[in-house]
Amino acid sequence: MSAALHPDSWQYRELNKRAPSLATLADTLIELAEAGHPIVAGTADLQHSNGLAGFARRFPERFTQFGISEQNMVSAAAGMATTGVMPYVATFASFLALLCCEQIRMDVAYCAQPVRLIGHHTGISLGFYGTSHHATEDIAIMRSIADLTVVSTADGPQFAAALRASVHHPEPIYFRISRGHDPVVYAEDVPFEFGKAIIHGIGNDITIIACGMAVHSAKQAMEALNGRGHSVGLIDMHTIKPLDRDAVMAAARKSRIILTVEEHTILGGLGGAVAEVMAEEGGGARLVRHGIKDEYSLIAPPTHLYRHYKLDAAGVESVAQSCLS
Amino acid sequence: MASSGARRWPSNGDDGISDEQAAHLRERARFVRLETIRLISIAKVGHYSSVFSCAEIFSVLYYDTMRIRRGEPGWPERDRFLMGKGHAAVGQFPILADLDFFDRSWLDDYTRLGSPLGDHPDMRKVPGVDFSSGSIGHALSNGVGMALGGRFQNQDFNVFVLLGDGEMQEGQVWEAAISGATHRLGRLVAIVDRNGYQLDGKVDDVAAVEPLDEKWRAFGWEVHEVDGHDVIALANLLRAIKADTKREKPCCVIARTMKGKGIDYMETEPGWHLGYLAPEDEARARDMILEGAK
Repeated sequence: MSAALHPDSWQYRELNKRAPSLATLADTLIELAEAGHPIVAGTADLQHSNGLAGFARRFPERFTQFGISEQNMVSAAAGMATTGVMPYVATFASFLALLCCEQIRMDVAYCAQPVRLIGHHTGISLGFYGTSHHATEDIAIMRSIADLTVVSTADGPQFAAALRASVHHPEPIYFRISRGHDPVVYAEDVPFEFGKAIIHGIGNDITIIACGMAVHSAKQAMEALNGRGHSVGLIDMHTIKPLDRDAVMAAARKSRIILTVEEHTILGGLGGAVAEVMAEEGGGARLVRHGIKDEYSLIAPPTHLYRHYKLDAAGVESVAQSCLS
Repeated sequence: MASSGARRWPSNGDDGISDEQAAHLRERARFVRLETIRLISIAKVGHYSSVFSCAEIFSVLYYDTMRIRRGEPGWPERDRFLMGKGHAAVGQFPILADLDFFDRSWLDDYTRLGSPLGDHPDMRKVPGVDFSSGSIGHALSNGVGMALGGRFQNQDFNVFVLLGDGEMQEGQVWEAAISGATHRLGRLVAIVDRNGYQLDGKVDDVAAVEPLDEKWRAFGWEVHEVDGHDVIALANLLRAIKADTKREKPCCVIARTMKGKGIDYMETEPGWHLGYLAPEDEARARDMILEGAK
C-alpha cells in the first residue's frame, strides 16, 4: 500500500520511508561518519520530525537525545565540540533560533565551536501548528551573530551537498531547512560552496534572489515569465551569511528590478541583506522584497499558507508580474 | 549523604591530604584573595566577595584535584573546569598564570583596553579557560557536553563545574541536571558555591532555592555537602569522588561557604557582591588575609 501522501501530510514515520529529502540529514551524516569524520548528533524530542532516528539507529553511541531542553542541547553541543567532535543538533527552527538565540551567540558563535545547528520546519511550513511553531525571524536573528555562517538550502540534494561541505568548514553554521518533503530543484550531485550563490540567470527585467523553499517557486515563476517573453533571472542565495555580494551586484547592475523572495519576514532576512548591499554598492536596480510582511502568519495547512502569502510558483509569478507592470 | 573532612568518604585507599598539602592549599587560597584585590584595584570595580567564597574551591581543584599539566592548557587529557559563576574569573586568572598557561604580566593589564582578561572568562582569549562564561546558567550544559564528548572518544577526564547558588534560579541548570543523570555522566561534578547571597540580596529572599540537597538528589545526582572553606574536607571529598570511577550518577557537591570569607566587613555586609575598595580598606583587607595565615 502506498497511497500518495498529501503535500500537507504530517505522518512523519511514513514520510521517513517515502520522502527522500526527510532522510537527507540522517543519511548524509551516516555517510560522513562512516567516512571517518567525528560526527555526533542530537535532537530535542524530534528525532522522527528531522529524521535523525536513522542516525540514532546506525550510530547509537554517537547520538544524544536531549528531550525537550533545546537550550541545554545547544550549550551541550558547544561543550562537546571542545573535545574534538563535530556536533549536528537539530530541532524546529523556531525553538532553535529564537528560544536558543543566546546560547547560540554565547556558547557556539562567541566560543567559535564547530557546532552545526539545523533548524528544520522553517518559515510557515508548520502550517496550522501556528505562530509558536513558525520561524519567520530566524534568518534575521542568526545573521546578526558574528562568526556564524547562515545557510538556507532549497531542497534535499542541496542540503546533502551543504552537509558534505560542512565537515571542512571551520565556523559554526546555522542550517535552515524545510519539512523534508519539499519539491526538488537540484540533481543529486549539485555542487555546493559556502558563500557562493548559484546563478541560474540574470534577467534584464527582473532577477529574483531567493533562498530555501522559495527557490523552487521562483524557478517555476522565472520559466513561466520567460516563456511569455520577459527577461527574468534567478539567483539561489543559499548562503545568507557570508552573502555573495558579487552575485547581488552582478544582478543589480544589469536588471531593472531585484526581487527577493523568502519564506521569512521581509525585515532583516535575505531581503534585508540584499538591501544593505545594494544601498552600499549602488547599481541602478529597484529592490522589491517579498515574504511575510511584518506580521504573524495565519493558521492553515502549509500549501494553503504558501498560496496565501504568494510563496508558491503562481504567487511569486504574480508578484514579479506586478513589478513589471 | 553528607561528608566531613574528618573522615574519608568513601574509603578508597587514599590517606587523604597531608598537613603540608593542606598548608599549601590554604596558602594558594590566600594568593587568590590577594591577587583578586590587586587586580580589582586596576579595574576599580569587581566581585571580591564572590571570589572569596570560592577561593578554597579554586585552590583545591587546581592544586590538588584536577589532572592538569603545567604550561599545557590544551592538553587533551586534562580534567576540565567550567565556571557558571563567571564573575569570579578574577580569582581564576592568577591561578592560570601561576600554572604557566599564560604570562603573568597579563595580569597587570587586567581589564585594560585590549586585555584578554575581563570580568568574565573568555576561552578564545585566555589559555586555560575551558569554556567562556558570563551568562549565568549555561555552564552545566557545557559540562554535560564535555562529559558526553569524553565518553564518545573513550577519554577519562573529569568535568568540574562551579555554580553559584543564585545560579540555581536559572531553568537551564535543571535541564542540564536532567541530562547529566539521564546520560549517567559519572565524570561530571557540579560544585555549588552556597554562599547565600546574590546581587540583590539573600538568595532565599530573592528566589528560594532550598532544599538544594533534596533537589539535586531528586534530579538523580549523588549529593555531598562540605564546608567550602575547609581545604582538607574539600580535597578529600573531591579525591574520593574522582577515585570512584564506577559511579554512574553525576555528583553534586554543595559547598557551604561565606560570601566575602576572610574580610570581616565583607562577611557581615551583603552589599559587597560588586564593589571597590578604597586604598585604606584595601590595606585592611590585605592585613586580614595575611593575618588569617597565622
